[in-house]
Amino acid sequence: MNRIDEVFSKKKKGVLNIYFTAGYPKIDDTLRIARALEAAGVDLIEIGIPYSDPIADGPTIQDSSQKALDAGMSLKLLMKQLQDLRKYVKIPVILMGYINPVLQYGFTKFCQDCKGVGIDGVILPDLPMQEYVEMYQQTFEEHGIYNIFLMTPQTSEKRVFQINEASKGFIYMVSSASITGAKQEVSQAQIDYFERIQKMNLSVQRLIGFGISNKETFDNACQYASGAIIGSAFINQLNKDDSDEAITSFVGSIINP
Amino acid sequence: MITKENYKVNSKGYYGKFGGAYVPEMLLPNILELQENYLEITSRPSFKKEFDYLLKDYVGRPTPLYLAQRMSEKYQAQIFLKREDLCHTGAHKVNNTIGQILLAKALHKKKIIAETGAGQHGVATATVCALMGMECIIYMGAVDMVRQRPNVERMKILGAEIRAAESGSKTLKDATNEAMRHWINNPTDTHYIIGSVVGPHPYPDLVARFQSVISEEIKYQLTEQIGKDHPDMVIACVGGGSNAAGAFYHYLDRPEVQLIAAEAAGLGIDNKKSAATTFLGTEGVLHGSKTLLMQTADGQVTEPYSISAGLDYPGIGPIHAHLFDSGRAHFCAVTDEEAMHAGIDLSRLEGIIPAIETAHAISALDKIEVKDKVVVINVSGRGDKDLDTYITWGKY
Ligand SMILES: Cc1ncc(COP(=O)(O)O)c(C=O)c1O
Repeated sequence: MNRIDEVFSKKKKGVLNIYFTAGYPKIDDTLRIARALEAAGVDLIEIGIPYSDPIADGPTIQDSSQKALDAGMSLKLLMKQLQDLRKYVKIPVILMGYINPVLQYGFTKFCQDCKGVGIDGVILPDLPMQEYVEMYQQTFEEHGIYNIFLMTPQTSEKRVFQINEASKGFIYMVSSASITGAKQEVSQAQIDYFERIQKMNLSVQRLIGFGISNKETFDNACQYASGAIIGSAFINQLNKDDSDEAITSFVGSIINP
Repeated sequence: MITKENYKVNSKGYYGKFGGAYVPEMLLPNILELQENYLEITSRPSFKKEFDYLLKDYVGRPTPLYLAQRMSEKYQAQIFLKREDLCHTGAHKVNNTIGQILLAKALHKKKIIAETGAGQHGVATATVCALMGMECIIYMGAVDMVRQRPNVERMKILGAEIRAAESGSKTLKDATNEAMRHWINNPTDTHYIIGSVVGPHPYPDLVARFQSVISEEIKYQLTEQIGKDHPDMVIACVGGGSNAAGAFYHYLDRPEVQLIAAEAAGLGIDNKKSAATTFLGTEGVLHGSKTLLMQTADGQVTEPYSISAGLDYPGIGPIHAHLFDSGRAHFCAVTDEEAMHAGIDLSRLEGIIPAIETAHAISALDKIEVKDKVVVINVSGRGDKDLDTYITWGKY
């Protein structure tokens, strides 16, 4: 069973997925941070593949990506860093990035190497569903890699059902019309959207992401989905203090009652 | 046999293997809205009527097709200049912004955003926003704002708000990223006016159609002047490729017409400082379409260089990637130095100081055999905005 499905088969509520940028804050930190997150009690990990032109990302992730690239980070190096991933990390790991670096790496090789190091899913926001289905789905499936789709408040009902149909693992529910970035609260318009989707009774689990930053926004999101994803707020934490202890206490501040 | 259909966008938004709409889900509703409506709206008689009217009485079309006597003598050819430099605001860019703002109105959008490099597209956008009384925000790289100060002030005078793109390399590609991010954050009331035949489908086709007025006019103007509707050769510069797409458009399916695209080689294609995408680029995805772009082996977009801010872009539109890949168009690379000399040449021979972008197209005359040929060069813009660059270069 794909590790992502395993998580959702055991846990239906309060699933915490944390994003961080590969090779950040220091180029060799990737595996250390993944281990620290698992030890702190996170359910899934999302590792960002740094890209020079991340159009769906706000300043925090732009900055971490650029710094990682400046330090010499690349997809090739990331695969090398993850060589021993499964010796240390048991929870699902998802790679998130933009399509261009993956195309240059070679799509088939990317899927092979993901499988080789034990990656469970991939999020490529700028890979459209039509292209995915026509050109890439087969390769993903042959290697047992889940492709995670996004939906937004503007996604039409018809398309939400199409996404549900094409999705494996979970659907990434973007919380508002926005790029990534930590926000302090959840608005009424967002709650209306969460409720609207909740009522559609989709067969695939949903995790809410973008703008989730602390216990309050996390708990709020969890009322409407299986869990939530934290990205920029965690990068901000790394900027302040990236020690294992600081990571443990950050995660604790979100999941402890 | 070559037919036009081979070079036109297909129903999925591709030119051969290039194009498509590689956008995140957050942008998809906007892109779908355009895809589903642009052909219907732009073919409405009321739309066409207003577009034609504004091009005529506001922009000043048709622009002249001028037989350049002294230039023709020098090259022993018949050289015609398509005078897009005489358009209101000084370049072809306004053909597109007029079309897109009418489209935005038809879609009931209230606000306009755009990216700009040299500031020409920004000025053309700010101009039509003033004309239509619409709110206008222009993203411009912080580095370009310093290089192109007069255009920044022109946009402000026209009432636009200028936002500096401070991310990445702080130039055109980053301004484009910022405009796309703005659109993600403001999806319902805002239209994004892209400045060239780049971006996700349907933008490349949309912009090419609005610019196709250039070759539409060339056809009948040539018929009037030489009794046939086509030249042997059309030459245009390519940044993203909108003026070239417009000048080539009605000749795409006419194999007897050679299409010549001049790219900016900067300091030379052997040098890292260049913007000649077909020489230095590889296949990938940039700003929402699959095309040729300059990038590292790891797929990071690299920063181009050209003396001409309007050609200083790491990619080209998917239509041009396809014209290159299929061999339909011939691409040549023109260095800064060659372009500047060609700009002076046109000034001295014909009394026309071209934009430095355009000067790249003029320089192509030295790189290809034109003797005894009928040649049309698209003079995409005038040199007023580039006086500082001419002065700093100084060799005249
Ligand atoms: C006068 C002129 N020509 C050409 C260009 C390049 O754009 P494109 O390749 O889209 O025609 C620009 C862009 O700013 C311009 O101002």
